[in-house]
Formats: sequence, C-alpha cells, structure tokens
Amino acid sequence: MKFLRMKPGHGEVLIAEGDVEVREEEELLVAEFRSQLDGGMWAAVPTSDRSGRREARLARSFDEVPRDAERVIFFPQASGG
Amino acid sequence: MVLALTVTGIVIVALLGDMLVSRAEEAYRRFKAHRRIDPVAADFDPGRDRRAEARARLLLKSCVNEEEWAMYRDLGFIRVWSIEAGRPARAGSSAAGGYAATDADDGDSVGGYGIDGSYDDADEHEHNDGSEAWWGDEERQPSPARRWRAAGRRSERLSSRADAPYAYLIYPHKPVVAYVPQTGRLLSEHCVEFPDETRPYGSSRLPDSDDVLAKWMALTGDEQRLIDSANMHLPGRQVDPRQLKRDLWRLRQWERERGRRGDEAVRDSRVSAP
Repeated sequence: MKFLRMKPGHGEVLIAEGDVEVREEEELLVAEFRSQLDGGMWAAVPTSDRSGRREARLARSFDEVPRDAERVIFFPQASGG
Repeated sequence: MVLALTVTGIVIVALLGDMLVSRAEEAYRRFKAHRRIDPVAADFDPGRDRRAEARARLLLKSCVNEEEWAMYRDLGFIRVWSIEAGRPARAGSSAAGGYAATDADDGDSVGGYGIDGSYDDADEHEHNDGSEAWWGDEERQPSPARRWRAAGRRSERLSSRADAPYAYLIYPHKPVVAYVPQTGRLLSEHCVEFPDETRPYGSSRLPDSDDVLAKWMALTGDEQRLIDSANMHLPGRQVDPRQLKRDLWRLRQWERERGRRGDEAVRDSRVSAP
C-alpha cells in the first residue's frame, strides 16, 4: 500500500509504503495515516465497483481503508473558497 | 572629425540619459517607499509548476474513469453525476447527460438559472411558507441533494422520479457548479478550495489537475461532506453563466461525437469480423 500526498509545486509525493500484512509495516502506515489526518489532510482511496466504474472513498480512519487498496491519496481538506 | 565625434557623443549621452534617468527615478521611488528589491529565491525553478502539473495529470488519469479523463483532456472540465441524487440509467449522448426524464421546467419548479443564463426563482415564494429555503440565505442553503429531495416531497410527480439527477461540473481552481443535465439549468456554485498551508514553495495552491482530482475524489467519495465544506452561492458569482452555457453545449457536442465514434467502431468491428 502506498501513501501519496498532493503538494503544491510537486504533484503527488510518496510519503509511505508498506505491506498491511506485515505487522510492523502496518503500524507505520497507521501512524502515518493518523499523522496526515491530524495535519489537516483528507484521505481518499481510489476504487472500482463491479462494473469497473471508478470512484473514490474518503476514509476517516485507517480501518476504513480496504486491505487490498494499492494507494491512499492525501490532500488538503476542503474549505470554503 | 571632431565635430562628428562630438555629435556622436551627444547622441549617446542623450540615449543613455533616457535609460539612466528612468532607473534613477525608480531607485528614488523605491528609496522613498523604503522598499527593497526582493532577491530571487535561490531555488526558483520556472519548470517546477509544469512538471508538477504533468505529474498531477498522470495521477488524475489513473484515478478517474476513461470518459472523465477524455472529457478533462478535451474540454478542460469533468462532469460528475450526483451520487446522492442517483446516477442516470444510461450515461447517454443527449442533452449533456442523456436522461429520458423531463425536467424542472414542467412546473416542478427547481429554481436556478436557465441555460440562457436567466434566473428562474420559480420556488422563491416557498421560502416563506415554512418549507425549505432554496435561495436567499446562503449560510443555510441546503445542498442540491437536499433541495432535490425537498422538491420531491413537494411534488408527487417529481417524487415519482426519485432518481432524477443533477450533476456537477468540476473546473480547476473554480467553484463546483451544480446543474440540471436535462435542461442545463444552473443550480448553484459551491466555492471550495484545498489550500495546503505548508506552502512548500510559497503557494498553497495545488496543481490544476490535483485540484480537479481532489474535487472528484471528494464528490464521489463523500459528496455531502464536500458540499457542507463549501460556500454555496447562486450561479454566476465566480463562473460566468455564459461560459457555463458554452461549456454545456461543448459537452453535448463532445458526447455526441464520442457516441458517433463508438457506434462506428462497433460497426467496423462487426464488418471486419469473419
């Protein structure tokens, strides 16, 4: 699983990567996930439904991230413009 | 000889004088204003934003549907169907969405702007009768989903089309625009941004395609959360309704052409099949 973060002037940046089946790596991912959300990020998981249609799922905790997700994309939380 | 050199010297001094005087004036103005010339940042890189945008486009392409990517590539915006209102049975080729259902023009009175840019506040009178207010109080305006459901409660005919949808147009660094696909009637602008306060290079703005992807993910992932985070305004506040009208027309043409090419491809494959 890869954690990507959108950044001005960068595009996406790889901030963490790990295998959720490996306990130590999962703990690191969980910690990083919390850190990002505490830092004001939203987390989205790109998904596909059965028909192949793509959508995203916003995750408020690491538990909401599907175990087989390949990437989680963090982006600054929305605010009124 | 001496005369020629003298004249040449005078001309040179006159020309340089123009330049030097203007520079001296500028320096004097700066001195008076106590301003300094800001040194260019050592890590200034004019290609950075282009590279960031190129990366962002790849990420966007890898996340959205093929049709949405083609739409963004060709038209510069993405249409997202409202998930809360339900997706159309067929994402078709007509009227920017291809719905068979009729629209709000038939008396169901969904307030908003017509495709001609004129405002229709057909339901404004209902603001005072205790039902949900659609316009006027921006802070308390419900999202299009709630408005649509409210319309459904008010109208039996509309409630029989419970999945009658609306859609959003996503532009980079512009408000998300809600509209009725059947008519092109504009419903609202949802002004939202995703500022990165870490400002790695002095700006909090994401690359254009990242901004579009952030809106797309938020809309498809948790539409209500995004709408609740946004400031909702009447159409026309930031995005010119004439531009929207033009874009909806371009979208219809684009979908028509795309549908035609798809039909031709199917026909070709049948012809070439043994």
